[in-house]
Amino acid sequence: MADSLEFTGACPIPIQQYPRILLAHGGGGKLMHQLVEKMFLKGFGHPSPRAQHDSAVLTMPAGRLAFTTDSYVVQPLIFPGGDIGSMSVFGTVNDLAMSGARALHLSAGFILEEGLPMETLWRIVCSMRAAADRCGVQIVTGDTKVVDKGRGDGLFINTAGIGVLEHPLLISPDSVRAGDAILVSGDLGRHGIAIMSVREGLGFEATLQSDSAPVAAPILEMLAAGIEIHCLRDLTRGGLASTLNEIAQAASLRLCLEDQLIPVRDDVHAACEMLGLDPLLVACEGRFAAFVAPRDAARALAILQRSQAGAARIGEVAAEMPAVVALQTALGPSRILEMPSGEQLPRIC
Amino acid sequence: MCLAIPGKVTSIEGDDPIWRTGKVDFGGILKEVSLAYVPEVKIGDYVIVHVGFALSRVDESEAKQVFEYLREMEELSGFKEGGP
Amino acid sequence: MKYLDEYRDADGARQYAREIARVTTRPWNIMEVCGGQTHSILKFGLDQLLPEGVTLIHGPGCPVCVTPLELIDQALEIAARPNTIFCSFGDMLRVPGSAADLLSVKAASGDVRIVYSPLDAVKIAAENPASEVVFFAVGFETTAPATAMSVYQAARKGLGNFSILVSHVLVPPAMEALLSSPQCRVQGFLAAGHVCAVMGCAEYEPIAAKYHVPIVVTGFEPLDILQGVFMCVSQLEEGRAEVENQYARAVRQTGNQPAQELIRQVFTVVPRKWRGVGEIPQSGLGLRDAYAGFDAAKKFGLSRHTVEEPADCLSGLVLQGRIKPPECPAYGKRCTPEHPLGATMVSSEGACAAYYRYRGLAAVKAACETQ
Repeated sequence: MADSLEFTGACPIPIQQYPRILLAHGGGGKLMHQLVEKMFLKGFGHPSPRAQHDSAVLTMPAGRLAFTTDSYVVQPLIFPGGDIGSMSVFGTVNDLAMSGARALHLSAGFILEEGLPMETLWRIVCSMRAAADRCGVQIVTGDTKVVDKGRGDGLFINTAGIGVLEHPLLISPDSVRAGDAILVSGDLGRHGIAIMSVREGLGFEATLQSDSAPVAAPILEMLAAGIEIHCLRDLTRGGLASTLNEIAQAASLRLCLEDQLIPVRDDVHAACEMLGLDPLLVACEGRFAAFVAPRDAARALAILQRSQAGAARIGEVAAEMPAVVALQTALGPSRILEMPSGEQLPRIC
Repeated sequence: MCLAIPGKVTSIEGDDPIWRTGKVDFGGILKEVSLAYVPEVKIGDYVIVHVGFALSRVDESEAKQVFEYLREMEELSGFKEGGP
Repeated sequence: MKYLDEYRDADGARQYAREIARVTTRPWNIMEVCGGQTHSILKFGLDQLLPEGVTLIHGPGCPVCVTPLELIDQALEIAARPNTIFCSFGDMLRVPGSAADLLSVKAASGDVRIVYSPLDAVKIAAENPASEVVFFAVGFETTAPATAMSVYQAARKGLGNFSILVSHVLVPPAMEALLSSPQCRVQGFLAAGHVCAVMGCAEYEPIAAKYHVPIVVTGFEPLDILQGVFMCVSQLEEGRAEVENQYARAVRQTGNQPAQELIRQVFTVVPRKWRGVGEIPQSGLGLRDAYAGFDAAKKFGLSRHTVEEPADCLSGLVLQGRIKPPECPAYGKRCTPEHPLGATMVSSEGACAAYYRYRGLAAVKAACETQ
């Protein structure tokens, strides 16, 4: 963490000369080399230009590996509580953590839109480096392309990651059993609402920040404590409703939740009331659902709560069919929590 | 049809009723809202807001009515059944 | 949140449910007029708290659902124009027109933007003087003051590039149209609280008297709706047909007078076609001649063609409370939120979508079992 501070300094590309990304920055010539060397290699901590091969050569520990990739598209690029850079590191590290893996190496592919301010790119690269340091991973290889103005949303990032499994469990929907406790790692919906708060035409003032964060630490701690984890899934697009429906269908089991146990902060709740959204469908970026054996549920919850106070046990897996998510409302009756269809649009009238 | 929620007026700007706006606090979320239709509203009042407009001031005493009604019915039915 | 969470109290809800059961001696059909109430009922499972015979019928109070196909097509036509920014509430984006929806126009490079308030569209017009900015003005009496103010402010600011595509509708004529139908099953109404916050309660008195139906002006939270049902059932049981106000914390007898004044100044009452229902006389608002320059339909010389609605969509009957969504043969099969045939499946306030979302398969299963 400490040495990442120096990378938040001035942008290494001479701004007066190139204040914005040009098509030539992706053209394979001098400008591209300058960008790769001064921006990415310096930013990600590979001072030697010798690192500039077509591929990174890694030495991996023996045993099972986890491998994942994800692409990151978000507007605005820098939002309350995070930015596309840190999100692209945490997101992929978190995806690895969902199989109980410890992340080791990441790749980073950039699609830059012509005209992107160089300062913005530098800020995002610094944020990625700080995020990688925080997660204990290295960005070992990458790629850059530049697209014409109007053909990209400023900046898209793809990251892929490799991690190592240091446990014998099969963490997957196939392992979910009737009776499993369903836990969430913190309060829901902060990321989606923080993004919405800065959207043109919808904006509102809030102290609210995105929940974008790495979640591997409490998972590795649960594994070290011998907790029988059956399934983990991060709650990104589509929120809790989407994730749990996927698991219910994959496991062919019914999930029963209690609305009152599901943690949602007051301001997230209020923003949802104002915009007519359902917090259970709003995206998170640093939250996951955990299915654990009932006898381990209390210990697992204690670990999760040490990492994030809002963590909660929200329900359990029932044996019956059909494979749906049933939600007991605060007033007693139950209803089906449906898989959301498409992006949630603010409901106003 | 009309999603409207209550919030507390925390500040008011403008004198001309047509352009008068206020910051309304919905449980920690602040939104600028037109107060054009509620000229009587003061800072601290609760208003019902729909698509960026305060449409009505929440009447505090009427707000308790839902619960008082319940209490009255309870007393009445308790009385009918021979008292508590 | 104050004035919200306390009306979601489980004990209070159970008490009201008990009181409703206590006063109910026979079956009653009560229509909640407003889609927002439908949403609460299904979200909290309020209908499951009611005694057997008390049935809630979901009314036509969803502006997204009743906006006629012709207007959606006009919206699509405008949104596809070059150099035009089309602003809309979020829920209109997925409503199918005859060939597409606003989301597909956006995908095909139309500039379609979601706004929270019509004033946001006015702001966009001021910031983009070189573009035409059009606001899709849907809604009932609740939303009309906001639209009226957007036009009034745009006129005062001299924003010649701002206009609205008007599809405003009025509640009382629709209630009358329902009640005068021979198939009408509705015996009592929960009137839409926020509409009445603007318009007051008086215009419902003649309807209650003429058709001898109780009308209870009702709020949107669980305890409001349950108290509204209790008041309505009590009237029905006692043979009364009065206008009562359950939502007095927000609704005054005379409504919001400044809002009514601006509505009158900017709009005039016109006949309006309701999707799935047909034309209802005096049931809509259109811009007055003095504001004709802000009328997008006139400004862009849009065609006034009529469009046939899909034959296998029974949303008209759903909107009139004559069938429940699962009774439609297309429901959940050819018609889902991903592939809606009618608007009631699109808007999350629409009876079909709300049913699908909150009851899902269980409702279909239950409906099959009872048949």
